[in-house]
Amino acid sequence: MDFLSALINGLSSGGTYAIIALGYTMVYGIAKMLNFAHGDVIMVGGYTMFLTLMALGHPLVALAAATVFCVILGVTIERLAYRPLRGASPLAVLITAIGVSFLLQSLAQIIFGSSPKMLVQLQISGGITLGALSIDYSTLLTLAVTAVVMVVLSLFVKYSKTGRAMVAVSEDRDAALLMGVNTNAIIAITFAIGSALAAIAGYLMLCKAPSLSNTMGAMPGIKAFTAAVIGGIGSIPGAMLGGILLGVVESISYSVPALAPFTDAVEFSILILVLLVRPSGILGKMRREKV
Amino acid sequence: MRHSKSFYIKNYLNYAIILVVLIVFTVLSLTGSAKLSTLLLLEKIAISVILSVSLCMVVGFLGELSLGHAGFMCAGAFLGGKASALLEPVLGNGILTLVISMLVGGFIAALFGVIIGLPALRLRGDYLAIVTLAFGEIIRSLVMNAPTSWFGGTLGLPTPKFNSKYLFIVAFLMVLACLAVTQNLIRSKHGRAIASIRDNEIAARASGVDVTKYKLFVFTVSAFFAGIAGVLYSYTQTRVQSVNFDYNYSIEILVMVVLGGLGSINGSIIAAVLITFLDVELQTLLPGDLAVLQDLFYALILIVIVIYKNAPGLKSFRERYNLRKLLIGRFAAAADAQSSTDSVSGKEEE
Repeated sequence: MDFLSALINGLSSGGTYAIIALGYTMVYGIAKMLNFAHGDVIMVGGYTMFLTLMALGHPLVALAAATVFCVILGVTIERLAYRPLRGASPLAVLITAIGVSFLLQSLAQIIFGSSPKMLVQLQISGGITLGALSIDYSTLLTLAVTAVVMVVLSLFVKYSKTGRAMVAVSEDRDAALLMGVNTNAIIAITFAIGSALAAIAGYLMLCKAPSLSNTMGAMPGIKAFTAAVIGGIGSIPGAMLGGILLGVVESISYSVPALAPFTDAVEFSILILVLLVRPSGILGKMRREKV
Repeated sequence: MRHSKSFYIKNYLNYAIILVVLIVFTVLSLTGSAKLSTLLLLEKIAISVILSVSLCMVVGFLGELSLGHAGFMCAGAFLGGKASALLEPVLGNGILTLVISMLVGGFIAALFGVIIGLPALRLRGDYLAIVTLAFGEIIRSLVMNAPTSWFGGTLGLPTPKFNSKYLFIVAFLMVLACLAVTQNLIRSKHGRAIASIRDNEIAARASGVDVTKYKLFVFTVSAFFAGIAGVLYSYTQTRVQSVNFDYNYSIEILVMVVLGGLGSINGSIIAAVLITFLDVELQTLLPGDLAVLQDLFYALILIVIVIYKNAPGLKSFRERYNLRKLLIGRFAAAADAQSSTDSVSGKEEE
């Protein structure tokens, strides 16, 4: 039973990772850059929820406000920091993204201080019991939201005009441009979607553990990127698979006493192993580098 | 490349400056007129310089982003520190213990460098960056959660103290050693091979450069010096704590390298001195939460410099208002073009 409850917890945290990983994987697939600041957008969403909760007091209003603010923030970051570097070396873009991540973290610390804020209004307590097994409502919510997000996003990419344009840009940006796709707008939309997902992920994280600090997004962000890489970057099902795999591994490793302190090490080792065996991830497409 | 006289002078100027600083402060320390806080600052500066020069080799010359440099330093600090703690009862608390533990720390970090270099052979760019980050965190997590009798757990590992009046001399000698290795490596034919991997890996491979060998080699050498810096760091602390080696510290080293200009060793040195000096001075000026203003400042530096140096849209602006040309005039610009250190930015400007 212990194993089973660890598995269910893993599915839940994996769901959160998957939603964050979707943001990474879409941006990586389309803009060809690792948006290091993605995890910190989650944190900014958290603080937005904190402020809205203080003013208005309703969790769903807070979530809506956070989503809107994150979308604005994500698009602004893309416009100011990443777009000027389009066409520059990947190293420069990556370093800038790290700079943006640092900037958001330190700004949050300056504005809100370093002591964590408790958002008890967001916390969803209680759960259902099935025999010896108890499942939290927050776990069920996470799983449901993850499933909905994945289905909606897959349909969006497959059937909407914007979604098709996204696929086109990720396949070949120049060719898409020649076919009349507004690549800059598509990349901005991708950042908007990613940031909205980050806000949702932040909400789910705070439902489970309502403690908010300026580094709340950093580690989950890195782990979610790990998940996106494990699943195969640029692939939506891959991000889901990687996220849930990572969450389950984390939870199971956490439930084994001998492994528990080394959980982070176990997760990152899986990343390295997967990359050594299959550098493009489990569901990723192999891309041959062209001269 | 023409080997004019001024070229040689320029090459050895940095050694000379470091030696002069070393001699001045050794005299001051021997006569007892240097404050201990000044000597501690010098040690910290030396450690930062070693770290930034060794990272510059990977980021500036090999062109791969490593976010795990603090991890190598951590390996060196703990295993070298452990070695010195074990050797102290046998060999006493002298230079011999320090040297042996530095070698132990350096070689163990180099071993980690090989381990991290192996995936580097298959991965590039963002993937490699995330793997180095992961490695750094793995090392830190292993050290932190190892049995308390090994590395002291969360409390940290107590390390022996070297005479704090003279530790900075050892540190400065290590800076010189690191500089000599890096500079000579970069200027040799191996250095050109490494830079060619950065500029175009496929072309380098096609021209017969053994990409595998060089990548592994650069990671190993860079990790070796990071390990030595770690051992030196362990000597400046009463207890080495793994918390200090998180990835924020790797980023701070990266800021030094980027601020100094990717691909410029002297730039890395100057930036390391500047940032470490500011760090230490600001610690007293900005108490509590204000200390984070410094991080904000670093973040802004990182963003502004990288965008300014690399944005394709700013190219004509960069050419028109080149800082060097404005400051030193046409002569320096011409000399610079001739002894080009082929930095990432330099490529476009010339």
